[in-house]
Amino acid sequence: MTFFQAENLAINFGGIRAVDNVSFAVEKGEVFTIIGPNGAGKTTIFNLISRIYQPSAGRLLFEGRDITAMPPHRIAELGIARTFQNIELFEHATLLQNLLLGRHVHRNTGFFSELLFLPSVRRMEVEHREAVEKVIDFLELQQYRDALVANLPYGVRKIAELARALSNGPRLLLLDEPSSGLNVEETNDMAFWIEDIRNLLGISVLMVEHDMKLVAAVSDRVLALNYGRPLAIGTPQDVQKHPEVIRAYLGA
Amino acid sequence: MRFLFKTAYGQDIRLFRDGLTAAWYGVLAGIVVLLPVLLSRYYIGEITWVFIYGICGISLMVLVGYTGLISLGHAAFLGIGAYAHAYFLHLGVPWVTSVAIAVLITTACGIVVGLPALRMTGIYLAIATLAFAVIIQEVFTRWEAVTGGFAGMAVDKPVIFGFRFNNEASFYYLCALILALTLLLTQNLLRASTGRAWVAIRDSEIAAQSMGVHLALYKSVAFAYSAAVMGLAGALFAHKIAYLAPDIFSILFSIQLLLLVIVGGLGSLQGAVFGAIFVALLPPIIAIMRDAIPNTMASFASATGVGAIGAIGRGIGDFLKKPGVEAGIFGLILVLVILVEPAGLYGRWVKLKLFFSTFPMYKRDSFKRQKNYMRSERLR
Repeated sequence: MTFFQAENLAINFGGIRAVDNVSFAVEKGEVFTIIGPNGAGKTTIFNLISRIYQPSAGRLLFEGRDITAMPPHRIAELGIARTFQNIELFEHATLLQNLLLGRHVHRNTGFFSELLFLPSVRRMEVEHREAVEKVIDFLELQQYRDALVANLPYGVRKIAELARALSNGPRLLLLDEPSSGLNVEETNDMAFWIEDIRNLLGISVLMVEHDMKLVAAVSDRVLALNYGRPLAIGTPQDVQKHPEVIRAYLGA
Repeated sequence: MRFLFKTAYGQDIRLFRDGLTAAWYGVLAGIVVLLPVLLSRYYIGEITWVFIYGICGISLMVLVGYTGLISLGHAAFLGIGAYAHAYFLHLGVPWVTSVAIAVLITTACGIVVGLPALRMTGIYLAIATLAFAVIIQEVFTRWEAVTGGFAGMAVDKPVIFGFRFNNEASFYYLCALILALTLLLTQNLLRASTGRAWVAIRDSEIAAQSMGVHLALYKSVAFAYSAAVMGLAGALFAHKIAYLAPDIFSILFSIQLLLLVIVGGLGSLQGAVFGAIFVALLPPIIAIMRDAIPNTMASFASATGVGAIGAIGRGIGDFLKKPGVEAGIFGLILVLVILVEPAGLYGRWVKLKLFFSTFPMYKRDSFKRQKNYMRSERLR
């Protein structure tokens, strides 16, 4: 059984075929990266997986279950968490509240017990907090805990979004351009963290990324796309040398 | 300036930040308890309005301030609660049961109105709720068997377990107690997963959904809870106003309720209470000024011998007596709040507190927000 699999995935926006017959599989404990020029359909694939878009054709399988027709909020419950290319944090809440929302799928308290704030709710809240604190320690966000997200610098928000996804306790993490907008040093940190997420936390990572240095440093396998169609799949070195990929990037 | 040392996760879940904050709220509760002894009946009646508007404010704050859904029809929920409560009281249903039924009916209406909210946001939702309010007001007018139509409906003083809330002070305590309970229950929701899900929907629906929040469910819950609280306020409103007529629950009243939460400060329960103080106490303050300004200026004029001061005082008094001035002042303050203090009266209060707690070191830019142009709206 494959860990995560996309079979013949396709989606049309009007007359444009944004994703055309893309198939790939992510193995457990792997860092799998999708690369491609702008408009190649990378983020569209992510939005298909998180069920924001409905695929025109094809199937998505996670741990053997077909998730193609699942409602979007169920995806997180299965253990798939994601970040966004253009940070989608809860701006007018503190970092801590953002991360606690990441624990939403693990709540087991009902509306009325929360209304009365029964001891079970209190226990649950402390449990959530303990889980979130582990993520805060892991990503070194201690000093920003009570800061309003709207007031955080860009680099920290990027990491905050990663932290929110990790708070969910996922088995598959979707990272949409984790290094965009980060400087060289922050990108290096991101590379270490992605490795740690895979090695220490045992989370498989599916990533969209432009920075080839980061891609080469952390990816086990790479899928190159252009105009929604797969060009090449393999190790970062193989894909970088692939003539089709070079043509797509350099236009030769 | 004090620093708070945190030693347990439980500290961040508590109702009050620390002992001192709890003590200040204790002092506030003490003042509320003592006021009927100190003030005259008229003022107690006016402060009772603050409590009832406070409950209305909590209702709208949950919906507008926390979930980010707008409603231009909340006076309709208030009306449904008021009429339902009055109707069941007339049937001889005991007070507590009658309130419970009224709250259940408004909750059901809230869910029905909330259904279109699952698909609409912003201005479209405002129009849908506005239409609802117009329909409901028409129902109040035409359904004479229940509401009495234009003839209206008298509401007696509340009687709970044989105790009759005859005078202003006893009803004042009843309203204060219900406001405190509503604040407590709402704060409980807000500090648990439901409240976080609401805030998440307000700030980014797409991220909330990807983190596992069932958007339709939580929006419905927000509408239902907001309507329930409004129904509760409606029951008290019916007793306070003593005579229900359909034209009370107009669109203008809905807008006034919306102004209440905006002036108070969106996104804080304290803001709902601040807004209620503003909305409930501004008219009596203007009424007092109408006589007080000319009188003090006239006595000042006779003391100094400058006749012009007395004339100016009379002028101001006459101006304040003109019809529409009250609404004008209300609007002016609203415009000023939005221009000068978008965080509302509560935002100003927070700044004031910081100013005094950090006294010589206060920095004006502490609350300055950076603008963020990176956020994508294209997936909405």
